[in-house]
Amino acid sequence: MALVLTEEQTMLRDMAKQFFTEQVPVTNLRKLRDEESAEGYDKAVWQQIVELGFAGILIPEEQGGTGFGPIGLGIVMQEAGRTLAATPLYSTAILGAGLILAAGSDAQKAELLPQIASGELLTALALEETAHHNPKQVAMSAEQNGDQIILSGQKNFVIDGHIADKLIVVARTSGAAGDANGLSMFLVDAKAKGVTITRTHMVDSRNAAIVSFDKVNVPVSDALGPLGAAMAELESVLDLGRACLAAEMLGGIEAVFDTTLAYLKERKQFGVIIGTFQALKHRAAEMFCEVELCQSVVLDALSALDERRNDVPRAVSLAKARLGDAARLISNEGVQMHGGIGMTDAVDMGLYLKRARVQSQLLGDTNFHRSRYAELGGY
Amino acid sequence: MTELDTFRAETRAWLEENCPESMRTPMPERETPWGGRNADFPNPDTKVWLDRMASRGWTAPEWPAEYGGGGLSKDQARILQQEMSRINARTPLASFGLWMLGPALLEFASEEQKKKYLGEIVRGEIRWCQGYSEPGAGSDLAGLQTKAEDKGDHYLVNGQKVWTSYADQCDWIFCLVRTDSSVKHDGISFLLIDMDTPGVEARPIKLISGASPFCETFLTDVVVPKENLVGELNKGWTIAKRLLEHERTMISAMGMGGGGAASMGGMEAMAKENFGEDGDKIANPAIREAVTNHKMDHQAFALTLKRAADEAKAGQGMGAAASMFKYYGTELNKRRFELLLDVMGTQALGWEGEGFDARELSITRSWLRSKGNSIEGGTSEVQLNVIAKRVLGLPDA
Ligand SMILES: Cc1cc2nc3c(=O)[nH]c(=O)nc-3n(C[C@H](O)[C@H](O)[C@H](O)COP(=O)(O)OP(=O)(O)OC[C@H]3O[C@@H](n4cnc5c(N)ncnc54)[C@H](O)[C@@H]3O)c2cc1C
Repeated sequence: MALVLTEEQTMLRDMAKQFFTEQVPVTNLRKLRDEESAEGYDKAVWQQIVELGFAGILIPEEQGGTGFGPIGLGIVMQEAGRTLAATPLYSTAILGAGLILAAGSDAQKAELLPQIASGELLTALALEETAHHNPKQVAMSAEQNGDQIILSGQKNFVIDGHIADKLIVVARTSGAAGDANGLSMFLVDAKAKGVTITRTHMVDSRNAAIVSFDKVNVPVSDALGPLGAAMAELESVLDLGRACLAAEMLGGIEAVFDTTLAYLKERKQFGVIIGTFQALKHRAAEMFCEVELCQSVVLDALSALDERRNDVPRAVSLAKARLGDAARLISNEGVQMHGGIGMTDAVDMGLYLKRARVQSQLLGDTNFHRSRYAELGGY
Repeated sequence: MTELDTFRAETRAWLEENCPESMRTPMPERETPWGGRNADFPNPDTKVWLDRMASRGWTAPEWPAEYGGGGLSKDQARILQQEMSRINARTPLASFGLWMLGPALLEFASEEQKKKYLGEIVRGEIRWCQGYSEPGAGSDLAGLQTKAEDKGDHYLVNGQKVWTSYADQCDWIFCLVRTDSSVKHDGISFLLIDMDTPGVEARPIKLISGASPFCETFLTDVVVPKENLVGELNKGWTIAKRLLEHERTMISAMGMGGGGAASMGGMEAMAKENFGEDGDKIANPAIREAVTNHKMDHQAFALTLKRAADEAKAGQGMGAAASMFKYYGTELNKRRFELLLDVMGTQALGWEGEGFDARELSITRSWLRSKGNSIEGGTSEVQLNVIAKRVLGLPDA
């Protein structure tokens, strides 16, 4: 497929852009942060997102969704990233809907997908156990006892953990940390006995939590997919999540780049606008090149997912690694080129910088994806 | 025993006896001994330590004894530093007066001014801030507009400073003011202003790290006695530049890293903790390479600092060394924190509250703060311009 948006996708982008710019500008995140919002997201905004059909964007129309697919989702995330919109799109519309679609039984799909599309159900993926993403290293135990599973252990960096109604928990029914086999997924009610959820406050002012499981009983029927064989479906949805994060990061770096470029054309020192200094000009031009490359790798990753190409993992790792590097470069340059004011909370540079580091860690940083890219390439 | 050996023995004994135990532990940020009229000492030992060191002039070891300094030779000062490091003694006093203003006063101030101000600085009685930058004059510092009018027996100062670090907690401000508007560099004077004077107002500005260490400082019809002018009228730019060199040297020391968790020694241990070990090696090759590169850069920088110190002692100077160190040291420090983030993963991205320990949270904030290192005291771009012009002799466009 050509690396350009279709007419329909272009319309979706324009709609998303208008919505996030007008309804969810950066001031929305500032408000959530400064008012120490207990939920960490704006319910009214989420309701609007539901009405626009973004919550069910992956979900087929028969199940209440809009079925735009990965490219549509990526387009929406890019626009959300541009304004740092803090919404449950990532936890629920991407990972939640994605995992249920990929691994759920017909009954689970029929029950849960319409609830996601209608905004009634929020989900959170409880996957990470250490400070570095590495799904194979999951060690948390899921012991089978008749028709019950007993979950014990702790998960960290659970995005939207404290607002989720249902957790999707990745745990081990067999094997040892490091094995790809033996992982299972379970749908666990956030209010289930033995589940303790502690919200954590991250540098990006967005939601995350530590979730601990103290002998939590889950019926085997609440497993998502077959026991011990979750890896394939999990990885495919993680790749969707990674591509969407890359798209969100792209929106962020575009915003930083545009703002910085405007500042270079406006700020005067030594009697001239600072954009006349070649030391800055060339770096702006380099950033432009970087943004262009980022646009290509993100669109390719989303297209690979859309077309179910067999090189999805490589395309996705290419995008996530590159965006991690580019976001670091451009967010740092954004601060530096603003000078003193870039260090203040009065401008948005710092907010993008902080968000960029969290996005980069989510579902694997540059280091993780570069090494995965090589492995997949057989070197 | 040489004289220096004797000095070392005596110093060691004195420090052992006089440095309180709690002053031999890593210093939490809030216990930083800034001094000043409103100094607060959450740990009372901080005050004891400051007073004892100040009584010997050892807060400013190399300043002449007649102005309250320690009167030590370079060699003696180095020995004092070594002996303090030996017992992990904290710095007794952190102050812009010590690092920036004092050295400039020693060079440019009148005898009365030295007598008055240097002693106060040594004893940590007055806390100084730096009134250089203005909204329209940052990199182009000489473009400053804050005006001091000659009113016969005093100057009347009007204007606005910005990014004034700690202005809301400081007692006095050293300011660059315009005393002649018909010329640029030759119309600037160096003025000392008591911040208790009516018309001085400091408003804190919040930083991306969440703290508010710097301020907007408004000066409205501020009456300043004429004797507060340092050096000659309209000759302030020379003093300003010299002071900037002291500031740049001070900031570049950051490249060496502070103590504690973020220090260099901790880096490889943390990498092993996070990524495992393969024999003695950090198991992840990319992280291992990044840590190695960083440590080698760090060592090369440390050697260059040492070489500059040795050359200075031998009476040779490295040209524009301050700009080179400022540029390299601050960029190195920023890279160090980015690497720490890579090594520590999500544990370096906490903001407050549960899930992160104090060390981790302090690394997050320090990472954000480090972004200012290549802006304050003249940006990296300005340092490179200075090197290109003054050291390399490359012409302007
Ligand atoms: C944490 C912190 C503490 C500070 N503390 C103090 C203080 O106590 N007292 C005080 O007076 N000031 C202080 N400053 C201010 C600091 O000195 C200025 O921010 C700095 O000099 C840059 O000026 P500016 O902010 O106006 O940026 P600008 O000069 O507007 O710079 C914007 C961008 O343009 C670039 N640029 C400008 N000119 C050129 C050129 N000729 N060639 C290439 N690039 C160029 C800059 O490098 C920068 O990237 C502090 C700043 C920070 C961040």
